[in-house]
Amino acid sequence: MTLEVPDAFSPGKTPKFQELAKVSLADTQLRRNIGKAARGIREKRAVAVEELPDWQELREAGRAIKERTLRHLDHYLLQLEESVRKAGGQVHWARDAEEANRIIAGIARDHDADEVVKVKSIATDEIKLNEHLESEGIKAHETDLAELIIQLAGEESSHILVPAIHKNRAEIREIFLRGLDVEDLSDDPKDLAEAARLYLRKKFLSAKVGVSGANFGVAETGTVCVVESEGNGRMCTTLPPVLVTLMGIEKLIPTWRDFEVYMQLLPRSSTAERMNPYTSFWTGVSEGDGPQEFHLVLLDNGRTNVLADERGRQALNCIRCSACLNACPVYERTGGHAYNSVYPGPIGAILTPQLVGIGKPGPDSLPYASSLCGACYDVCPVKINIPEVLIHLRGRVVRNQQSGDGLAGTLNPENVAMQIMAKTFADPALYERSQKLARIGQWPLARSGTIHRLPGELSGWTRTRDLKPVPEKSFREWWRERKNGEG
Amino acid sequence: MGTARETILARIRRATRDVPAAEKPEDVPVERGYLTEGADAREAVVDRFAEYVAEYKATVHRVDEKDLPRVIAEALERRGVEKLVIPAGLPGEWVPEGVETLRDGEDGSQLTNGDLDGSDGVLTGCSLGIAQTGTIVLDAGAGQGRRALTLVPDYHLCVVKEDQIVDLLPEAIAQLKGAVKDAGRAVTFISGPSATSDIELNRVEGVHGPRTLEVLISG
Repeated sequence: MTLEVPDAFSPGKTPKFQELAKVSLADTQLRRNIGKAARGIREKRAVAVEELPDWQELREAGRAIKERTLRHLDHYLLQLEESVRKAGGQVHWARDAEEANRIIAGIARDHDADEVVKVKSIATDEIKLNEHLESEGIKAHETDLAELIIQLAGEESSHILVPAIHKNRAEIREIFLRGLDVEDLSDDPKDLAEAARLYLRKKFLSAKVGVSGANFGVAETGTVCVVESEGNGRMCTTLPPVLVTLMGIEKLIPTWRDFEVYMQLLPRSSTAERMNPYTSFWTGVSEGDGPQEFHLVLLDNGRTNVLADERGRQALNCIRCSACLNACPVYERTGGHAYNSVYPGPIGAILTPQLVGIGKPGPDSLPYASSLCGACYDVCPVKINIPEVLIHLRGRVVRNQQSGDGLAGTLNPENVAMQIMAKTFADPALYERSQKLARIGQWPLARSGTIHRLPGELSGWTRTRDLKPVPEKSFREWWRERKNGEG
Repeated sequence: MGTARETILARIRRATRDVPAAEKPEDVPVERGYLTEGADAREAVVDRFAEYVAEYKATVHRVDEKDLPRVIAEALERRGVEKLVIPAGLPGEWVPEGVETLRDGEDGSQLTNGDLDGSDGVLTGCSLGIAQTGTIVLDAGAGQGRRALTLVPDYHLCVVKEDQIVDLLPEAIAQLKGAVKDAGRAVTFISGPSATSDIELNRVEGVHGPRTLEVLISG
């Protein structure tokens, strides 16, 4: 089940995580599927990581290489541009989603293509490329099995890695019977995969333009890399005569050698395999091999906002493995839709609000979608300290509310309460008077030494926890009495 | 407002104002404390490669080099291959008689995608094998062909020589640098046949690439 709501990257107000989570939590099928998937991958990942004695050294290198890249991103992007051009590719720069969409649609139109084949790419989902192409009369065929399922169902992804995790085999069979023009089909995963193979093979062999994302782009050589399992990535990047790759500017790594780190970190963290079935590396255009025209579109779309926050910047280290999703107790229960972004889970909770900017109710609610348990940080292959950034962003959200909304911000009840608290804690006499007042005020509430329910605005605090009442006598009062008694 | 390129570069420079102007990329320390070379004996490395490739549901045979032509012929016959795709530069003695060969890249001519789709399989060598991950590496060199050759046919028979197998991934990345940096050739990592776990996390071998991968390790 999906809600018809605009996602976090859409203009205007979007719902909060806490509202959407209620819908997801009520869907028992979804919870069962996500729970099973998360647990399964989590356990396998631990085994795959255990096999490498130098895992921590690899993580540290993975983090450090990204830090070096991000601190000198302009330098490396210019180097990448030059390398790709030298290798026969063309480089485009896109400030935002609209510009990227325009560039990609323009390339398709130049080749009179009314359809393109696509390999799963979150960046193209972020800019809503398929919708844009559709509006220009160009049909984008998703070729990843899960992406095909949700495209045919008209839904959104619920997991970075296994986007159709919320669908069971019977539902997929129904979707294929309607969408793939087949007459008879069982619900055996093997038969379902075969049906998709036959349907998509025709598309691969006839498409004029392929569209991909990029897992990595190498500044030194201009090499672009796509990591995948099914072979649809190889198909899309090899068979069509023209290839367009959309790459976020943070997907850059400085040298070819750096693959020795990331090609160890990514597969084990992602699918818990020693290595994923297929990885393609191409460098511009190779004569007589694969597409003879290659376009690389470099996308900003808010990434420089993230870069500008010294503490939040590390979110750009992300190599999209999805280990943090599977580790997260919140994600395990709500699934991806509650995050209302192409980037769900813990990484999405720090990436989305930074990409779209603080000050929108939907994205602003994401840093609170966490118990701060830290499991995400432990499994992150590039050591993004997600809990640290979550807390930092909560601070930014609050400060923005206090300053940004004018009078409404100043008179916000939480803000007013916090201001009074701050004054009270700063003044010992005021603090003691408040304690006395609280003792009188709490009398009707404190049953058997515990407050179970606070009234009015304060009830939110006690909805999920009890409160200790203010004690009969404070330490200071006791100390004073004791001294007076002795004296 | 300038071009998108100028705007993005200006945004990046503004966003990284905290980075001292004198700092060079190499000044940001990158500690490479991980393993870059394996310590195991040759035989153990080759054994591990065979074991890990087989774990991906690929069929693996250990072959004496002089028996290669016979074993190749047997494998093709078992599979029922009649039309076999042959990349340029493949050792002539590997190609058995009695099979229709579709040769790519000879006299500058290329097979069409339709030819490849209508074939029964492809026979290639490789650039490298990686024991640590059970990976076969193709770099479009002699006897491997362009990428489409090992992608469109449904059956891939691949010969890996023992001395092409390295232990750890970093050793492979180092060896491939020339093919990428100097020659600009495409590189493909193959670890088992194509697979998906998209339906209820059930693994299904073979979606778009060759659904059957057979590997002959020759020593």
